[in-house]
Amino acid sequence: MQALVDELPRIWQGFQLTLFLAVVSGALSLVFGTILAAFRVAPLRSLRTFAGAYVEIARNTPLTLVFIFFVFVLPSLGFILPLGRVPAIIALTAYTSAFVCEAVRSGINSVAVGQAEAARAIGLGTVQTLRLVVLPQALRTVVPPLINVLIALTKNTSVAAGFAVVELTSTSRALARDNPADVVMLLTGIAVCYLIITIPAGIAANAIERKVVFSR
Amino acid sequence: MSGNVLYDAPGPKTRRLERIGSIVFAVILLGLLAWMIKGMADRGIFDDRWAVLTDPPKGQDAEDVWKSLLVTGLGATLKAAVVAAPLALVLAFVLAILRTSGVRVVRAVAISVIEVLRGLPVLLMMLFALLAFGLSSFQAVVIGLTLYNAAIVAEILRAGLAALPKGQAEAGTAIGLTRGQTLRLVQLPQVVRLMLPSLISQFVVLLKDSSLGFIVGYPELLNAMKTNYNFFGSDSRLPLFLVVAVVYLTVNITLSRLAVYIEKRLSSRGQKPVATGLATPNLGKTKV
Repeated sequence: MQALVDELPRIWQGFQLTLFLAVVSGALSLVFGTILAAFRVAPLRSLRTFAGAYVEIARNTPLTLVFIFFVFVLPSLGFILPLGRVPAIIALTAYTSAFVCEAVRSGINSVAVGQAEAARAIGLGTVQTLRLVVLPQALRTVVPPLINVLIALTKNTSVAAGFAVVELTSTSRALARDNPADVVMLLTGIAVCYLIITIPAGIAANAIERKVVFSR
Repeated sequence: MSGNVLYDAPGPKTRRLERIGSIVFAVILLGLLAWMIKGMADRGIFDDRWAVLTDPPKGQDAEDVWKSLLVTGLGATLKAAVVAAPLALVLAFVLAILRTSGVRVVRAVAISVIEVLRGLPVLLMMLFALLAFGLSSFQAVVIGLTLYNAAIVAEILRAGLAALPKGQAEAGTAIGLTRGQTLRLVQLPQVVRLMLPSLISQFVVLLKDSSLGFIVGYPELLNAMKTNYNFFGSDSRLPLFLVVAVVYLTVNITLSRLAVYIEKRLSSRGQKPVATGLATPNLGKTKV
C-alpha cells in the first residue's frame, strides 16, 4: 500500500498523458471520421471508393502495425517525426477515424427512409433534409456507439507504451521494475485509473442508448 | 447504396455533373498519391531495398526471409490466437451463464468481472501476467487475449440469449429439463449459430490484438519483421512492413467477408437476432 501512495505522483503523470492522448486523438478522430463518413455517403463515386478503401484497410490492420508505420517506417523514408506523442497521436487518429466513420455512417443509415422522403416531399433540398431532418435523428443514435469508440480509443492509448510514450501502461512497467515487491498492488492502481475513465463512460453510453431506443 | 436516401434519383444532367465531379476528385486523389510516391521515390524507395524480398543481401536466402515471416512469425501469431480463442469461448460461456443466473449475487459478481475485463486495455492485462505473475511472454499474450475476449464474447452470448424467443426456454422447462440442460441443449446451440457472425468478427479483433505480443516480447509476426529489418538495415523496413500489412489484411478481410456471408445466409433464412432494439448490443457494432 505504501508503495502505491509513494508512487502516486508518477501514476498521476501517466494518467494525465493517457488522458491527453485520448482527448487530442479523440477530437481529431471525430473530425476526420465525420469527414470520411460524409465521403462514404457522398454522391461522388470516387469519394465513396476512397473512404471505403481507407476504412476497410484501417479496420483490418492491427493498431500496433499502424504505430510501427509512423514510428519506424516513415522515418526510414526520410519523413522524420518527433519521437513520442506526435506519432502516437497520428497513429491513434488514423486508426480511430475509421471506426468513427463507421459509427456515424450507420447512424445516418439508421434514420428511416420515410423521414428523408417526407422531407423531400415538402420541398426541402439535400442540405436542408440533412440539417433539419436526418442529422438531428442520426446524432442521437450515433452517440452511444461513438462513446464506445472513444472508450476503445482510451484503452488503445496503451499501445503507445511500446513506442516511447510514458503514459499509464508504460508507467506500470517502470513502477514494476522499481518496486519488485509491490507489483500487484501498483498494477492494480494503474488498472483502476483506466476503469475510472472507461466504466462511467460505458454506463453513460448504455443509458443514452436505452433512452434513444424508447424515444423511437 | 448508402447515400440514396438523401437525394432524389438523379436525372441525366445531374448524373453527368456527378460523373465529372467524381472524375475530378479521382484525379485529385490520384494526383496526391502520385505526389506522395514521387516524394518517396526522390528519397529512393525504388532503389535496391526491395531486393530483401527476392534476393536479400548479407548472404541470406529469400526463402529464409519469407519463412521467418510467414512460417515462424505468422505461425506464432496464429498459435496465440488459436490457443486463446477456445479458452475465451469457454470462459465466455461460464460468464454468460452466471450473468443470466437467477441468483442476484451471482449475477452481480459476473457483471463486475465482465465490466472490469472490458474496461482494461489488453496490453495492461498482458503486462499483469508478465510482471506480476512472472509468466512467459506467450502465456501473457494468451491470458490477455483470453480474459478480454471472454468478457466481450460473454456479452455477445447474453445478447443472443436475450434475442432468442422466450418460448425456447419455456419449452425446455415444459418438457422437464433443468435450467442447465435447457441452456446446454436448447438455447446455447441456437445462440452460437445466431451469433456466429459476431463471434467471427470478434476473432478478427483477437487476431489483431495478438500483435500486442510485439510489445511484451512474444516473437510473433511483427517481431519477426523487426528482427528482419534490424538485420537488413533500416532501408528494408518499408518492403517488410508492406508484406506484413498485406498478410494481416488478407487474413482479416477474408474472415470479415466470411462473417458477412454467414450473416446474409442466416438472415435470408429468417434467423436474425433482432427482436428489439435493446437485444443487439452496441458493443457488437463497434469493435475497435
